[in-house]
Amino acid sequence: MESTAPPPDAAGPPPGATRSTVTLHVNGVPHRLTLDHRTTALDALRNHLGLTGTKKGCDHGQCGACTVLVDGRRANSCLLLAVTLDGSALTTVEGLADAEGLHPLQTAFVERDAFQCGYCTPGQLCSAAGVLQEAADGHPCHVTPDTAQPGAPVELTAEEIRERMSGNLCRCGAYPRIVEAIGDATAHPAAPPVPHAVHGLGAVSVHERREAAS
Amino acid sequence: MKPFAYLRPATVEEAVRARATHPGSAFLGGGTNLVDLMKLGVSGPELLIDVGRLPLDRIEELPDGGLRIGATVRNSDLAAAPAVRERYPVLSQALLAGASGQLRNAATTGGNLLQRTRCLYFQDVSVPCNKRRPGSGCPAVEGVHRDLAVLGHSAHCVATQPSDMAVALAALDAAVEVTGPDGDRTVPVTAFHRLPGEHPERDTVLEPGELITAVRLPPPRPLAHGHYRKARDRASYAFALVSVAALLEVRDGVVHHAALAYGGLAPRPWRAAAAEEALRGAPATADAFGRAADAELSAARPLRDNGFKVELARRLTVSVLARLAARHR
Ligand SMILES: Cc1cc2nc3c(=O)[nH]c(=O)nc-3n(C[C@H](O)[C@H](O)[C@H](O)COP(=O)(O)OP(=O)(O)OC[C@H]3O[C@@H](n4cnc5c(N)ncnc54)[C@H](O)[C@@H]3O)c2cc1C
Ligand code: SF4
Ligand code: FES
Ligand code: FES
Repeated sequence: MESTAPPPDAAGPPPGATRSTVTLHVNGVPHRLTLDHRTTALDALRNHLGLTGTKKGCDHGQCGACTVLVDGRRANSCLLLAVTLDGSALTTVEGLADAEGLHPLQTAFVERDAFQCGYCTPGQLCSAAGVLQEAADGHPCHVTPDTAQPGAPVELTAEEIRERMSGNLCRCGAYPRIVEAIGDATAHPAAPPVPHAVHGLGAVSVHERREAAS
Repeated sequence: MKPFAYLRPATVEEAVRARATHPGSAFLGGGTNLVDLMKLGVSGPELLIDVGRLPLDRIEELPDGGLRIGATVRNSDLAAAPAVRERYPVLSQALLAGASGQLRNAATTGGNLLQRTRCLYFQDVSVPCNKRRPGSGCPAVEGVHRDLAVLGHSAHCVATQPSDMAVALAALDAAVEVTGPDGDRTVPVTAFHRLPGEHPERDTVLEPGELITAVRLPPPRPLAHGHYRKARDRASYAFALVSVAALLEVRDGVVHHAALAYGGLAPRPWRAAAAEEALRGAPATADAFGRAADAELSAARPLRDNGFKVELARRLTVSVLARLAARHR
């Protein structure tokens, strides 16, 4: 990150500057942006990069419409300040598909008709992509049995999917189809748990991060 | 939101120094609570000191068999760590009962402990609130308080402490490691959050400028089983009405050791000393469990609309302890 004011000694006076220049790698493309520190990742994507696929629902972490992947992990972009993400890789709904076509989750959502108005769908898709990776990495959730082997991949039953997706609200109530669609994508042999766009950027994968942390 | 400066220190020392130099500054962890409160105008720091990427992201084995959890370990990683799932399942369960997958990926151990109350009035700057604006009054006492405290509250504030994680940590006798301008100290989790008394504006005993660096878990009791149970208005993604973290060790049908903490009842994770005292040496039966819950909950002073929490806490206690006792058969 470069501050627009001369970079001070960290212990010295406050930088004072209220804007900074950051690099965000969005769907594989690096973007240098000079942003007011108040800018959330959500507003940076929508208002500064024109990527309006990511939706603003509540703007307070309560609905999941703004979910994106940050370095392969799902997060609510409305509660992330863009300045904190300097150098990070973001994947939005626009980055889920690749040259070969739609992401298996997108295909499954279309085939199952897993939406009505579609407003929550980008967040549902990015969240579901995160869920596939978390389950593959052996992350438990509230309904995972105590007897499950720690670290072993978790099978995504409907109950598991419902609990893991509880941070994504759907005002239209498309939940039953959403759960089915994610179940279909789990069964898809070629389902890349983490979208391609995150790789090859020197970004740390979820797996490497977990190893680093343990 | 007010404009603010931003600093991302590389070391703990730098972070503490920057915070000491700038009284209007605040530490930023995952931001899932602070950024929300800044949007609401409840918090307005002039400088954000981003501690989210400090090298405090490790879970270390301690020589005594305990664990040291770095302050920036994310809630999801902590809940998934095999050492936690195998030896402190109550902590993993408490974390997974809180917030959502997205939020747990961002939320840090330090930030989770310091998250502020979800009292509606606290979050609404257009109304009085003693915690937000000392001396302005507490509309919750007569107003909307169904989710608020039945134990430990005062006439000045009836808010509850919302963290699920903190409840499990209280039952586990965890301790918070902090560092500040005056050096390092360690505070038991049970003494970390304050009761409001006449000063609800102070949630914890943390001094201004002190940084949480880690949470320390003592070695687990090898024969005790633990469980976290949370009652809420919907099955997932909601704060606790009442929650219970329990550890129980039964020998020959008699309670040998019990640790019990409640969430959703009080301004701090409520370690139930009276219930534990009643349990020690008691038969591991539902009747004895109910009596132990009564020993604790007889001190409850419910408000107009939250008396249901007392009975709910009693039932959860009996059900969780019975479940744990069954595992000793
Ligand atoms: C919709 C929603 C639902 C939620 N549901 C639940 C729930 O059911 N159960 C639950 O327990 N929680 C729930 N949460 C709260 C969530 O767990 C907290 O917001 C989160 O744990 C805070 O961690 P953070 O790292 O994001 O903290 P931040 O927001 O970064 O910081 C919180 C506070 O801690 C301070 N701070 C951060 N790190 C340090 C440090 N190392 N040393 C000193 N001070 C520090 C900050 O200055 C700030 O005051 C929910 C949140 C939302 C938005
Ligand atoms: S209960 Fe506490 S936080 Fe809520 S309005 Fe009263 S003083 Fe404020
Ligand atoms: S817009 Fe971010 S969670 Fe609702
Ligand atoms: S499809 Fe309309 S909100 Fe989900």
